[in-house]
Amino acid sequence: MNNVDKIDIYFSGGTCGFASGAESVFLALKDEIKKNNLEQKVNILMTGCQGFCALEPLVTFYPQKILYAHLVPEDVKEIVQETLLKGKTVERLLYTDFLTKQKVISVDDVSYYKKQVRNLLKNNSFIDPLKIDDYIVSGGYKALKKALKMTPEEIIDIIKKSGLRGRGGAGFPTGKKWESAKKAEGEPKYIICNADEGDPGAFMDMSLLEGNPHSVLEGMIISAYAVGSNQGYIYVRNEYPLAIKHFSIALEQARKNSFLGKNILGTDFSFDIKIIRGGGAFVCGESSALRASIEGKIGEPSVKYIHATDKGLYDKPTVLNNVKTWANIPLIINNGAKWFSSIGTENSKGTMIFSLVGKINNTGLIEVPMGIKLREIIYDIGGGIPGNKKFKAVQTGGPSGGCLPERCLDLPVDYESLTKAGSMMGSGGMIVMDEDNCMVQVAKYFLTFTQDESCGKCTPCREGTKIMLDILTDISCGKGKEGDIELLEEMSNLIEDTSLCALGGSAPNPVLTTIRYFRDEYESHIKEKKCPARECKALIRYKILEDVCNGCHLCFKNCPQKAITGEPKKVHDIIQDKCTKCGICFDVCKFDAVSVV
Amino acid sequence: MTDKVKNIISRYEKKQENILSVLEDLNAEFNYLSEDVLRNVSSEFNLPLSKVFSLATFYKAFSLKPKGKHIVLVCMGTACHVRGGPKISEQLEQILNIKSGETTPDNLFTLETVNCLGACALGPLMVIDGKYHGKVTSGKISKILKEYKK
Repeated sequence: MNNVDKIDIYFSGGTCGFASGAESVFLALKDEIKKNNLEQKVNILMTGCQGFCALEPLVTFYPQKILYAHLVPEDVKEIVQETLLKGKTVERLLYTDFLTKQKVISVDDVSYYKKQVRNLLKNNSFIDPLKIDDYIVSGGYKALKKALKMTPEEIIDIIKKSGLRGRGGAGFPTGKKWESAKKAEGEPKYIICNADEGDPGAFMDMSLLEGNPHSVLEGMIISAYAVGSNQGYIYVRNEYPLAIKHFSIALEQARKNSFLGKNILGTDFSFDIKIIRGGGAFVCGESSALRASIEGKIGEPSVKYIHATDKGLYDKPTVLNNVKTWANIPLIINNGAKWFSSIGTENSKGTMIFSLVGKINNTGLIEVPMGIKLREIIYDIGGGIPGNKKFKAVQTGGPSGGCLPERCLDLPVDYESLTKAGSMMGSGGMIVMDEDNCMVQVAKYFLTFTQDESCGKCTPCREGTKIMLDILTDISCGKGKEGDIELLEEMSNLIEDTSLCALGGSAPNPVLTTIRYFRDEYESHIKEKKCPARECKALIRYKILEDVCNGCHLCFKNCPQKAITGEPKKVHDIIQDKCTKCGICFDVCKFDAVSVV
Repeated sequence: MTDKVKNIISRYEKKQENILSVLEDLNAEFNYLSEDVLRNVSSEFNLPLSKVFSLATFYKAFSLKPKGKHIVLVCMGTACHVRGGPKISEQLEQILNIKSGETTPDNLFTLETVNCLGACALGPLMVIDGKYHGKVTSGKISKILKEYKK
């Protein structure tokens, strides 16, 4: 590497990078580079999330494309001595690929990235999100300059022809939405970015805002010009402090560079954006509730006889799109509608970002072309299930989506296919579950969530989800009755038909899909009072295996209930009456002597 | 009205649109929203106290009760859930002898859950005073808490 003129080091930042300790490694490496007088030769920067969360803290070196994973501050001396000074790779820091089982040197050879098409996420790996110049050098704001030379109609036409559909989940054609708002009467018109990413297990929007905030911003400005708006809002979760910080800085920089504010780039078009931090209410991701929240009211949804494009925020024409939708706009303007529509399926164009999480080896943020099969995502990209466990289900669409079993894995990922299977695209959370996950518990988990997040305005959602949750709780406690499954189905249909907004309207989905695909599991709970996944506390008990226990006494020390008896070096026992089934003994035993029966 | 409260309110134009931001800043400053603070906001924004109260109770970000010195946040996102998040939260409830949402009598810890923090690779995840503790196991909890008991 010493024959290379300049080396660029990209450190993966973002929330999970920081949480894994990236900052201390980054600072240590920077320090070490300085100590060795390599500052002229080496350029080191902290990018957004590079997407392979399971390897954090991770770093890449260019032009060599070397990837090092799981770094700690103690590694930096060796990195500088070997890699930067001698041009050698440090074998032990390389990542072992899950498919080839070989150490991988180059990023290009990592299987995880091979089936991905990282159009939106590409820059997350190469730019410093805090520097507008990085974005501009990578082609940023070129689309805005181009758009300002076009007529609003031409822009809307390109977006319509591209086939882009809303990435928030519902999949409404974006161009059509803009056109309605443009034609609608009433001034001023508003542009809103929905960054209230409330689905548990989803962090795509957060990563885009953290890693490439200007791409989202540029999309909003282009839309404002096309629709005729001077005021925009971004409604972002307060739980994402880093995203808020990066977007605020981006706004400031864009204003300074005349991409935002009065008379943008010398034209008579003016537009500005205000950040509104959400208050931690899931329902505010629903468009009418979100608008109410921006207005400073409680976030209750309202009936939608009239489209928001006619009467939205403050009863004025409003375009509301998801973070990922906005980030697609500059790409489409730069590369054209044809380029965009060449990716994907007939009705679902472009790429989609998913957060691939749960019981999966390669946890991370992936971007794939629409139409890719679920199986490819889970096995070829995700690397399958850890610990030789069996795959059970994949959950898409968050609390509004559903759980799809093994036999659905060959489904193409597009809006229609997922909906037909009972789930939905949603905003992009994809949670993998294995044989240890009880499907009744999963249904209960989501219903607990929606019940808790229901705003309480309409009865079907407020009371209906409560009744359904009570039934599910009974089933999981072994108190299920004949007819409970049918009652759940009936309630589900009723709630779907009569709820005011999509939160209630889709709340039964996790229950319906788990019944549809895992009915036998419900029946075991009800008829045999057994939990096949051995997760439902009331239906299991912990037992110490006499022939395995060596009396290490660890469970005894850790049991908070003092429910374990036995002396060191002798076989222990659990007093069932005292046991609260917290599972600590199971977790701490190093000899697998505690079993669940 | 104390200077701190005055200072925070004066950062914003007195429009209803800004009220959520003001309450968020006040909540962050004091850890909770006291009755006095709510009354201050009500009179400054010229909005009935009942409306301010409804905002403060509707949104999860706000607390009407003071919190402990350390805030223990357990992630309950789906990814953490399938990896044993509920077990972690139950064990914390047992160790601290409080329910989620409560504060220990010595005011040292407040235990809370959150729907997702977007660091799913680290699940099950708990965050204490903004510091992330990933891949938490039963054995680790007491050790982690000990650091904060000093």
